[in-house]
Amino acid sequence: MSPLAKLLEAALFAASRPLTLEELASLEPESGAAALRAALGELRAAYGDDHGVELAEIAEGWQFLTRRDFAEAIDRAQFALRPRRLSPAALETLAIIAYRQPVGRVEVDEIRGVDSGAVIDKLLERGLVEVVTRGEGLGRPLLYGTTPQFLEILGLKDLEELPRLEELSVALRPPTPAEEPE
Amino acid sequence: MTTPSPVMRDQSGFVIELEQFSGPLDLLLHLIHEEEVDITDLPISKIADQFLAVIGDLGLNQAADYLEMAARLLRIKAQMLLPRRLGDDEWEDPRAELVRRLLEYQQIRELVDWLARAAAVRAERFGRGYEAPPADAPPAPLQIDLNDLLGAAERVIALIPEPMLHRVVPRPLDVESATAKIHALLAERDTFGWSDVVGPGATIVDVLSAFIALLELAKRGTLSLAQPEPFAPMVIRRESPREAA
Repeated sequence: MSPLAKLLEAALFAASRPLTLEELASLEPESGAAALRAALGELRAAYGDDHGVELAEIAEGWQFLTRRDFAEAIDRAQFALRPRRLSPAALETLAIIAYRQPVGRVEVDEIRGVDSGAVIDKLLERGLVEVVTRGEGLGRPLLYGTTPQFLEILGLKDLEELPRLEELSVALRPPTPAEEPE
Repeated sequence: MTTPSPVMRDQSGFVIELEQFSGPLDLLLHLIHEEEVDITDLPISKIADQFLAVIGDLGLNQAADYLEMAARLLRIKAQMLLPRRLGDDEWEDPRAELVRRLLEYQQIRELVDWLARAAAVRAERFGRGYEAPPADAPPAPLQIDLNDLLGAAERVIALIPEPMLHRVVPRPLDVESATAKIHALLAERDTFGWSDVVGPGATIVDVLSAFIALLELAKRGTLSLAQPEPFAPMVIRRESPREAA
C-alpha cells in the first residue's frame, strides 16, 4: 500500500465514527483530492474478501465496519452492542422528515394522523433529526431535517440512497398545484 | 392526559394494544387489508362500523386521535347517504380526502419497512467501539492543588460574618395585676380609655398583659370593648352592675 493509504488506514482505525473526505484530506493537505480518492480505493481493495472488516462508505464519510457474516457471533459473545431498534412511530416520523425536509411538526402530525411532538423530541435527543430552519407563517414553526447520524444508523452514504417515491408500490406524487387545462 | 399522544401509560391494557397500531390511519389500513377491499372505492359504511367496533374493543376510544378519525368516518358515511343526481359532475366524493391520506400513509409505511430493513442490516456491522469525546464537550475538570483549595476555603470562611447572638429572655405576662388594675378602674367609673389601663410608660409586656386581661374580662361579660372608628382610641365600658357592686 502507498504511504497515504496507510495513513488513511491508521486514521480510520483510530476513529469511532465515519470520517468525511474533508476530514481525511486534513491528514495530509498537500496530497490533493485525486490522490486521496486513489488511496481510499487502494485501501478499500486491500480490505477485500480477505478481511473481517471492510471499508464502508457511510454517512457522507468512510468507516471500518465488521462484515455482516460475523454479526451473530460477535453479538452472541456480547463483544459489541447492537443499537436499539427504532419504534414504528419513530420510523414513520423519520420517514416523513427524511422525505419532506425541512418539515414542521404540524405536517408530520397530519400525515401520521397522530400527535408526533413526543416522538420528534426523542429523535432530536438521539441526534437523528435537527432543527434546520424556521418556517414562514404563524409562530414561525421549527422545521426539522435529518442528520448524518440518521444516515449512519441506516448505513446510507447520503440521502440519494433512499428509495425514490416513484419506485414504491404506492406511487403517490405530491398534489400538483394546478390541473392541466383540457 | 397531559399530552395528546395516545400513549397513556397509566391505563393498564392500553399500551399493549397500542403497540399494534401507531395511529388511526394504521388501524384503518389494517382493516382495509383484512377486509381485502379497494382503498380507492372504500366501502365506508362497513369500514366505519368496524373501526368503531375495534377502537371500542381495544379501549382506544379514549384517545383523541382515534375519536377524531371515528367522527370523520361517520361524517363521510352520512355524506355518502345524501341523495345525488346521476351523472352529477359537481359531486365530489366525500371519501376523496381520506383516500388521499390513506395512500399517503401507506407510502410512509412502505418507507418505514425499507428504513427498518436498512437499519437492521446496518446493525449487523459494528464500528470501532472507542468513543472519542464530542467536539463540544464540557471543559476538562479543574486542575487545582490542595493549597489552592485550602486558600480558597479560608477566603470564603473569612467572608462569613460573626454570628449574631441574641439572648431570649423569658418575660412572663402579668395578666393578674392587669386584671386587678382594670377592676379598680371599673369600680371608679363606667367608661375609661385604653390609655387609662396601660399608662404612659408601658412596656410591651404591660401592653400584652392589659390587652389579654381586657379580652378575658370582655369574654366574661364584665366589660365591653368598643372602637368608634379604625385606629381610634379604644373605649372600655362597664357592662355588668353586679360585678361592679
